[in-house]
Amino acid sequence: MSGPILQLRDVSLSFKGIQALNALSFDVARGEICALIGPNGAGKSSLLNVINGVYRADSGDVIFDQQRFVRIHPTRAARFGIGRTFQHNALFKRLSVRDNVLAGLIRHSRTTLLEHAFGVGRDRSETREFGRRADDIIAFLELPRHRDAIVSTLPYGVQKRVDLARALVGRPTLLLLDEPMAGMNQDEKREMSRFILDANRTLKTTIVLIEHDIGVVMGLSHHVVVLDYGRKVGDGTPEEVRNNPDVITAYLGAVH
Amino acid sequence: MNFFVETLVGGLLAGVMYSLVAIGFVLVFKASGVFNFAQGSMVLCAALTFVTLREKNIDFWLAALITLAIMVAIAIAVERVVLRPLVNQPQITLFMATLGLSFVIEGLSQIAMGASVHELDLGIVDTPIKFGDIQVSQFDLVAAATAGVLVVALSIFFSKTRVGISLRAIADDPQAALSIGIRLQTLWQIVWGVAGFVSLVAGLLWGARQGVQFALTLVVLKALPVLIIGGFTSITGAIVGGLIVGAGDSLAEIYLGGLLGGSVSTWFAYALAVIFLLIRPAGLFGEAAIERI
Repeated sequence: MSGPILQLRDVSLSFKGIQALNALSFDVARGEICALIGPNGAGKSSLLNVINGVYRADSGDVIFDQQRFVRIHPTRAARFGIGRTFQHNALFKRLSVRDNVLAGLIRHSRTTLLEHAFGVGRDRSETREFGRRADDIIAFLELPRHRDAIVSTLPYGVQKRVDLARALVGRPTLLLLDEPMAGMNQDEKREMSRFILDANRTLKTTIVLIEHDIGVVMGLSHHVVVLDYGRKVGDGTPEEVRNNPDVITAYLGAVH
Repeated sequence: MNFFVETLVGGLLAGVMYSLVAIGFVLVFKASGVFNFAQGSMVLCAALTFVTLREKNIDFWLAALITLAIMVAIAIAVERVVLRPLVNQPQITLFMATLGLSFVIEGLSQIAMGASVHELDLGIVDTPIKFGDIQVSQFDLVAAATAGVLVVALSIFFSKTRVGISLRAIADDPQAALSIGIRLQTLWQIVWGVAGFVSLVAGLLWGARQGVQFALTLVVLKALPVLIIGGFTSITGAIVGGLIVGAGDSLAEIYLGGLLGGSVSTWFAYALAVIFLLIRPAGLFGEAAIERI
């Protein structure tokens, strides 16, 4: 299949008179890493929230995988294949790393409750299969050392990686990452970038991410969309965006 | 010494039955963060339905099956009619809803099946069995074994399996659970269905012991100290709490009863619960609510 996996058409959203998103339109191509950048309050997180249905757009269309919707509930978005991580970790802090990752697979379960309760029928093979998939992704993100650790005991950078693992294990077609590298030092950022690139290349996941570190964004993404006060001021390859005068005034221009 | 052991064993066996009721609460509490006040009326409803069917000469297992079907139907109806419209409401609203629900279930059960006291015979002979010098009631033994098996099965089911992970995930962070595609509605139906099943077993065991009557709803009040001692969020806590309350009750009755003028067991568990609230408010196995500032 070709064509854009995600299309936004004139999406607007406001909170009590504040225009968070203003007639925003852009496409995300299948298989790319698309970065959303812009100053704080530009509407980046709001946009992710519209895409996976936490917010409902006031007007405009979101077209995911040729299907048009005005609002989709987060649970349905997840079932459609939209995965996401959160700016502030929303992991299950009292569960182990492996249980967190397994939780990301629950929506893929095809067994009935009775099969599950008595461990008969397809349940055994499914449990084995889920365990294997969880362990694969844990290995992929180099987490085996922390497999049975309770999430709240792990360092922040590792938690962010667990969040990525939980989102990736369900093999989403589109993965939304809200500031996956917030609060990380350069080494951690480099490591995380490597994992994001790996996921994109090896698992063929289309990724939309929000990131503030322009250096990281330019190195990582194929496509950059620049937002300022809910409006799109730039859209193109990192090169194009870097040379776009509007972007420079709105955002990159703030060199002190 | 033998007398002490006998009292202790009797108390522990009764305690397993408290644990059984408490587990129903823990499951609902974990899934929706609310103390389900209607649990007691569910126990009454299950016992009353079962005994009414039995009095119509319906086979034991068939009666149990029909009752179970009714309890599951109630669980699904409760999720649809009561819980779903109240999603994202404050917990106190949900609590009030379960309070109202308890009156509805109680009332409807009694309209449908009458309010008279029924005798329930499960066919367990209640002759004491001797272990050396110690006598144990056979009924208590069977009841405790049944409850024990159920308690262990439920705690395994709700820890290792997919449903268990969903339950713990929702208890930990409901928003995150929704965003990764865990279905809250389904889980609520499962949990209330299991609570209905637990009510059925508890209703039969308690009903056989005390007679099936309105007072069965008071089982809720006995489960409260169990939950406070064990912690509202822990199945292990419900088990240990039940044993402590059971053993504490019967030992206190025997050894303090004389000093304090009897019926110690009516208040002893609550006094114990108050002490726990002072020393360890989250209960033995509960998770302390630590808020990050």
